[in-house]
Amino acid sequence: MATIKTRNHIRFILNGEDVTLGNVAPDATLLDYLRLQRTLRGTKEGCAEGDCGACTVLVGRLSGGKLVYESVNACIRFMGSLDGCHVVTVEHLGTSNGKLHPVQQAMVDFHGSQCGFCTPGFVMSLYGLWMASPEPSDALIEKALQGNLCRCTGYEAIMRAARAISDYGKVAKDPLLVERKAITARLEAFKDGTRVEVGEGKDRFVIPANVDDLAAVLEAEPTATVVAGSTDVGLWVTKHMRNISPAVFIANIDGLHSLSEDKGVISIGAGVTYTEAFETLSKRIPALGPLIDRIGGQQVRNMGTIGGNIANGSPIGDTPPPLIALGATLTLRKGKTRRTISLQDFFIAYGKQDRAPGEFVEAVHVPVPDKGEHFAVHKITKRRDEDITATLGAFWLKLAKDGTVDQVRIAYGGMAATPKRASAVEAALVGQPWTEATVEAAMARYTDDYTPLTDMRATSEYRALAAKNLLLRFYMETTGTKAPLQVSRYEAA
Amino acid sequence: MTQHTPNLKAQKISGGVHTDQRHDSAHKHVAGEAVYIDDMPEPAGTLHVGLGLSNVAHGTLKSVDLSAVRAAPGVVDVLTHADVPGDNDISPSGMHDDPVLAQGKVQFHGQPIFAVVAETREQARRAARLAKVEYDELPAVISIWDLDTEKDKQVTTPLTLNRGDAAAAIAAAPRRIKGRMKLGGQDHFYLEGQVSLAVPGEDDEVTVYCSTQGPSETQHLVSHVLGVPSHAVTVEVRRMGGGFGGKETQANQCAALAAIAAKKHKRAVKVRLDRDEDMTATGKRHDFAIDYEVGFDDEGNILGVDYMFALNAGFSADLSGPVGDRALFHCDNAYFYPNVHAKSAPLYTNTVSNTAFRGFGGPQGMVGAERVIDEVAFAVGKDSLEIRKLNFYDQIGTPGERNLTPYHQKVEDCIIQRIVAELEESAQYARRRREIAAFNANSRFIKRGLALTPVKFGISFTKTESNQAGALVHVYADGSVHMNHGGTEMGQGLHLKVAQVVAEEFQIDLERVKITATTTAKVPNTAPTAASSGADLNGMAAQDAARQIRKRLTDFAADKYQVPVDQVVFLPNRVRVGNQEISFNDLVKQAYLNRIQLSAAGHYKTPKIHWDRAKGRGHAFYYYAYGAACAEVSVDVLTGEYVVERADILHDTGRSLNRAIDIGQVEGGFIQGMGWLTTEELWWDGKGRLRTHAPSTYKIPLASDRPKIFNVALTDWSEAYEPTIHRSKAVGEPPLPHGMAVLHALSDAVASVAEHKICPRLDAPATPERVLMAIERLRAEAAQAQ
Repeated sequence: MATIKTRNHIRFILNGEDVTLGNVAPDATLLDYLRLQRTLRGTKEGCAEGDCGACTVLVGRLSGGKLVYESVNACIRFMGSLDGCHVVTVEHLGTSNGKLHPVQQAMVDFHGSQCGFCTPGFVMSLYGLWMASPEPSDALIEKALQGNLCRCTGYEAIMRAARAISDYGKVAKDPLLVERKAITARLEAFKDGTRVEVGEGKDRFVIPANVDDLAAVLEAEPTATVVAGSTDVGLWVTKHMRNISPAVFIANIDGLHSLSEDKGVISIGAGVTYTEAFETLSKRIPALGPLIDRIGGQQVRNMGTIGGNIANGSPIGDTPPPLIALGATLTLRKGKTRRTISLQDFFIAYGKQDRAPGEFVEAVHVPVPDKGEHFAVHKITKRRDEDITATLGAFWLKLAKDGTVDQVRIAYGGMAATPKRASAVEAALVGQPWTEATVEAAMARYTDDYTPLTDMRATSEYRALAAKNLLLRFYMETTGTKAPLQVSRYEAA
Repeated sequence: MTQHTPNLKAQKISGGVHTDQRHDSAHKHVAGEAVYIDDMPEPAGTLHVGLGLSNVAHGTLKSVDLSAVRAAPGVVDVLTHADVPGDNDISPSGMHDDPVLAQGKVQFHGQPIFAVVAETREQARRAARLAKVEYDELPAVISIWDLDTEKDKQVTTPLTLNRGDAAAAIAAAPRRIKGRMKLGGQDHFYLEGQVSLAVPGEDDEVTVYCSTQGPSETQHLVSHVLGVPSHAVTVEVRRMGGGFGGKETQANQCAALAAIAAKKHKRAVKVRLDRDEDMTATGKRHDFAIDYEVGFDDEGNILGVDYMFALNAGFSADLSGPVGDRALFHCDNAYFYPNVHAKSAPLYTNTVSNTAFRGFGGPQGMVGAERVIDEVAFAVGKDSLEIRKLNFYDQIGTPGERNLTPYHQKVEDCIIQRIVAELEESAQYARRRREIAAFNANSRFIKRGLALTPVKFGISFTKTESNQAGALVHVYADGSVHMNHGGTEMGQGLHLKVAQVVAEEFQIDLERVKITATTTAKVPNTAPTAASSGADLNGMAAQDAARQIRKRLTDFAADKYQVPVDQVVFLPNRVRVGNQEISFNDLVKQAYLNRIQLSAAGHYKTPKIHWDRAKGRGHAFYYYAYGAACAEVSVDVLTGEYVVERADILHDTGRSLNRAIDIGQVEGGFIQGMGWLTTEELWWDGKGRLRTHAPSTYKIPLASDRPKIFNVALTDWSEAYEPTIHRSKAVGEPPLPHGMAVLHALSDAVASVAEHKICPRLDAPATPERVLMAIERLRAEAAQAQ
């Protein structure tokens, strides 16, 4: 520890300007900083919980040495997590008196704004999309806009604008891409391998220099709040005004962003965001792709991490059930000591996980299903996208040569106080022929496994009914039928 | 943008009426430069307010200990009802039942009890949580489903409409059906929440910058609360970040609190609610329990109908009386009822007081009408569209007798037949109906549904005095024009449309007409921008002002150049006087030098309308706007999940002032209506707490909820039957009920699981849960029937 140098301020680029901030609270949000400290009021507050996108800005960061710009929600993004980043707000684009940016001009020409309050957020989300894919499909546009609410236009005009952006300018000429090298160099210069410690007493945060330093920091301060993507912790602050000091920001620790596969097991570092994990997971375990696409909006997926989704222990987190069904394990680390446990054993009770003080989730390891193993996950919500799960079922199945069920793992979210296996249902399946009759018989066993609650997302009756019907859907999927088994926005290509 | 050189040879001005113009603020919207209240530079020393809300749904206040609040960092003051210098009431209906801050009792969970005034908003919010409030709890009524519409408490007088003898007609009808529909409410979810900034002036004066649809009403209530004359209070709003009715009366509480604190402390005060407070403490669209009984013949002709529209008013009257009235005014939708009896019941509950929301009860009335159509269709075994067409009002020009509404107004301008016929054709209804039947026969888990629903929407406030507007137009000596009127901009392009009208009158390019913030100091005693009437009323008032000035210019020119007045003709950017042409700017300059008044106040009142509420009779609406929508859905019968495959809309905006703006209103209205009837669910727990108070739990449509195929067209042949502004029609509210097509398409898909033999009686919002439960119910009923 003595070898780690420290610095007592954060450094980032805001639009064109280098910013050094020493006086910043652990719970200071980017949105408040922009609006109150810098009077950059193009970025709006619509909900302060990362669900409406009115506060969307782009954050550029070095990912494996490469500069990537991603849309994020400024309302739940803490300042401490911006060290070494480039923040781009709507003010960095064109101005109404000067020439507008292609994204902006398309929005004007296609009548993409009415009241205009959500518009800067839409402009920034579309800007992020356009830089990554200049000729996006409708599916990609909708995905990029899942985290942006508009109450006036009905979106059709915004879609028309989004399709036309490249008619107004070339991505290659975009200032952020033209200046990519220079910005990269400036951000590289910020990386000095130091630990950042800002503030004191009850107003303090730490950005560890690397994973080993994180382990040391947490061992020394086991009650610290670990903040990865802040898509959950952000709300503790904006909605519940909880004190999160001392906060430990881990989003930009390179060592936690590792994503690798070895002997059929994918290891995902705790800092890997949904967006970063998407390509690998959707390729290797295709059923996870559409699920990840329905977690939060694009901004949340750009910030939120699978590690955080597990570590916070929510009964409605979307990744634990499928990872449990896949037989995932977890590496927990405390100081220099690591231990590996099965993911399903991590969840003990509501709000209680198998994690010692000072211990943190370092990585999750996910076995890729073999050929011949079936895997599916289905999420049920009131609204298809950017909604929190009412019930979510994950199914992993291995059949014996004679067509009977050899092994099966079924896990649900939203049905109990933790993500939970359906052991009675599984027992009713194992050893039985994999037929609709067997499935029907097993569906009757759900009441042994789950007594779901009624809340604002669904009644217990609906949860129970939809949950067991998902088993039938899964069965039908394994029969190779060509008939459509669920409604879909876009037909499979 | 600031420099404009008029083209003196132009054939037409740029930006006149009936041309497609982009929103006047679009450039500022996309650049983040459009200024909303919270974006304005705060005066030095601005204070901020945080609210202390009730934790129980109903109770008397036993003790309110605010000592910890007062001692919290940054706190300057804590306001309670005792700090209200005038009357502690902001009831817009004069019922005196809407306290600014609770006094003695609380009547809903989330009712403001006190307001913390602090140096920063953060400090105010934190301090507000430190109060110790004790209540003696009283029994609370949270929902209307089990209330008695005769015996239980109502917040205001119900309305009854009566024509013919409904009871006798139903009793004598060959067939009868009775039923009930539960119809949920809706949160406005304007993206900009409620916000006000009050800046104190000298003496009694205060200026309130408020995100309000009704500046005059806000002014009136702020003066009432302060105990000062209206002349002391100025309310100004340049634009809102969405309104949808939610800022018609609901803006007044923030405005009042900001003004009280500003006057007390002689400092500017801002009140901005966070999203949770906004959704918890401000009113919404009313949920309704609709009881109906219909008598009909074997063909499906409706002979008599009886409705009870019970609406959840919440704890106070607010606008619940007129909202219930408008539900009754639209319980016919586009259908003629030979005999009808309809009654409203604005029921008291211990929930937030419900309020205006785009359509103002009209959509709820129409949903009731369409449910009745469905009941009849299933009973006689016909496609619902056939039953709809069978029961339409007589079309325009038909000297028939099927044209009297339940409120005894004659429908003279009915064009629903042509709209439905054209839409049926363009949407290929018949072919798709057959294809869907074939698809469903072969699909076990996915069922498709199709529906085509009409809309007839009455345009005018039923409160007669609201049907007036004012405008103030100045022509400056350089020929540039300053335009002001009483309407407010909430995204609907009202200012643009009115500016187009003014440009047209003067025959000058739109760029010469400056749009300015709505303020009570320029145009007094205005109606709220509501009831879709913004362009109709304010466009006429601005036209009146412009015409007064134009007449003075004409008289001046005729006099100066010694020509008859009919030889003074306004051409694009110039005026022909006799044989010569003078630029508009030059003529204005000459007029100024000759001391001609170049400013005018305009006024307009809607003709023809009258309404006798006690008798339930009158000419309640100046005219009707029409349209129809056709929607197709796919439903998963295992989970109730669905997608909207396609929607086609044909909508009537008369001779549109600006088709680009109107298309945006139709598209946005449809999606908002669809959201109301599908995924937007308000959910209160057993303690009366709203648990869907943020976008994480309250689900408005996303881009990915749009119909996969979405065709929207305006009728290119219709014009307003009455001499409205350039024969255009109102467009704010009428498209919202097109969302009914989605509800009925879902219902149609559900019906397929029982061979279309049982009316699904699908309630709204038709969440995946309600859809699945309806499927299960129909399957059980079908099994029982066999």
